[in-house]
Amino acid sequence: MLLITCPHCGPRAETEFRNGGEAGIVRPRDPAALSDGAWTGYVFTRQNPKGRFHERWCHAQGCGRWFTAVRDTVTDRFLSFHPAGEQPDEAGR
Amino acid sequence: MTRFSIFSLARNALSGHANWPAYWRSPEPKRGYDVVIIGGGGHGLATAYYLAKVHKVTNVAVLERGWLGGGNTGRNTTICRSNYLYDESAALYDHAMQLWEGLSAELNYNVMFSQRGVLMLAHNTHDLQIARRTVHANRLNGVDNELLTAEEAKAFCPQLNLSKDIRYPVMGAALQRRGGTARHDAVAWGYARGADRLGVDIIQNCEVTGIRVEGGRAVGVETSRGYIAAGRIGCVAAGHSSVVAGMAGIELPLESFPLQALVSEPVKPAFPCVVMSNTIHAYISQSDKGELVIGAGTDQYISYAQRGGMQIIEHTLEAILELFPIFSRMRMLRSWAGIVDVTPDRSPIIGRTPVDNFFINCGWGTGGFKATPGSGHVFAHTLAHGEPHPINAPFTLDRFVNGRLIDEAAAAAVAH
Repeated sequence: MLLITCPHCGPRAETEFRNGGEAGIVRPRDPAALSDGAWTGYVFTRQNPKGRFHERWCHAQGCGRWFTAVRDTVTDRFLSFHPAGEQPDEAGR
Repeated sequence: MTRFSIFSLARNALSGHANWPAYWRSPEPKRGYDVVIIGGGGHGLATAYYLAKVHKVTNVAVLERGWLGGGNTGRNTTICRSNYLYDESAALYDHAMQLWEGLSAELNYNVMFSQRGVLMLAHNTHDLQIARRTVHANRLNGVDNELLTAEEAKAFCPQLNLSKDIRYPVMGAALQRRGGTARHDAVAWGYARGADRLGVDIIQNCEVTGIRVEGGRAVGVETSRGYIAAGRIGCVAAGHSSVVAGMAGIELPLESFPLQALVSEPVKPAFPCVVMSNTIHAYISQSDKGELVIGAGTDQYISYAQRGGMQIIEHTLEAILELFPIFSRMRMLRSWAGIVDVTPDRSPIIGRTPVDNFFINCGWGTGGFKATPGSGHVFAHTLAHGEPHPINAPFTLDRFVNGRLIDEAAAAAVAH
């Protein structure tokens, strides 16, 4: 089980959290203007990196807030945690 | 190569079993092949076998980063069934089932395919409705499946606990009698031996590190053992499909999750069939070696670590013990995880990609083993002709653009 550090509540067991997948996905401002391919990218295509990954977590059974974590998907080790609105360092993504 | 028979067995017994030949050669990679298959698991090896056998394409290499069948082929719970809801899936998985039924004879290798029956439990009214719908859909597609009452399910699997006092009492079940299990390693080895006999080069410890693309066409692969030119490339890399496709500049709608399984200590025959429950998430069978083989769920986060959280295993064992209190004193021996590549609609992607001559067979997610023969058979057709077989034609990468999804999320018992 992962030990996840909520930026608001501190380190807690993974069972308190809900994973929200890739972080930083922005809903297109004008979906009707997109091609089918671009819409597919928004809806279905996800980064699936072997290595550093920016992902969303929700502290569902704690403060209930969403935040961003940077994790290495090979070691499952977390590199940093960021409250919503704070941009993780994009380098090495 | 020796053909296995009672005579070869007797002959080798007389010489103390010291002279059995190797199942396959370990050739040095050639400079180029007509077809290069990336991934030496069951699907990749089956693809190579059917390429050589059915399509007479024998200048083929299978490149495996580690050892044959060391990935998900050796990590799954070996369940074979074809009771999928939609027409496209029923055709694909039952194609595999029909090949399973003759596979040991076809390969001259005992894959220990055992049609002991797959029982899928229903625990509430909705489960029963879905089971009834699936049974009807299967029978319209010529796939055997029947609806049982709870008592009939217990007659088929006497270990089942029908107590009304458990959290999710058993209210009925769907039974596919043709379903069952096969020996996963034997499937990889049998296909490898068969492919090797037909001239396919099986190259282990050969990691693909790059795909060479020129003018929108894939022309070869960079590997840890040098560059290998390829007429066509088939990527059958399971959990690492995103990584390999990324080398060719292709983004796939896949996420890779750890999926765990575990086995108990081996005991005498104590369990007659395969039992699955989607609702409380459990599946269990007993291997011929005597271990209870138990499938757990996926972790909630993407990972390539081949290990998962203990709470996932606990969750499954809680469900197993409610259904089968008989096993409460069993000790678990080993647990592990495989990395499964999950698509948004839980159906595989088999076919062309935006890069010419680079084909993919991926996205089998939590349930690829059952499809191994069919997957290899239709992917061999796709690689030989450059066009999909009618059975895998609906399973394109394009379906995520045009919206013709094949939504089988309910078909897998695995919680995801």
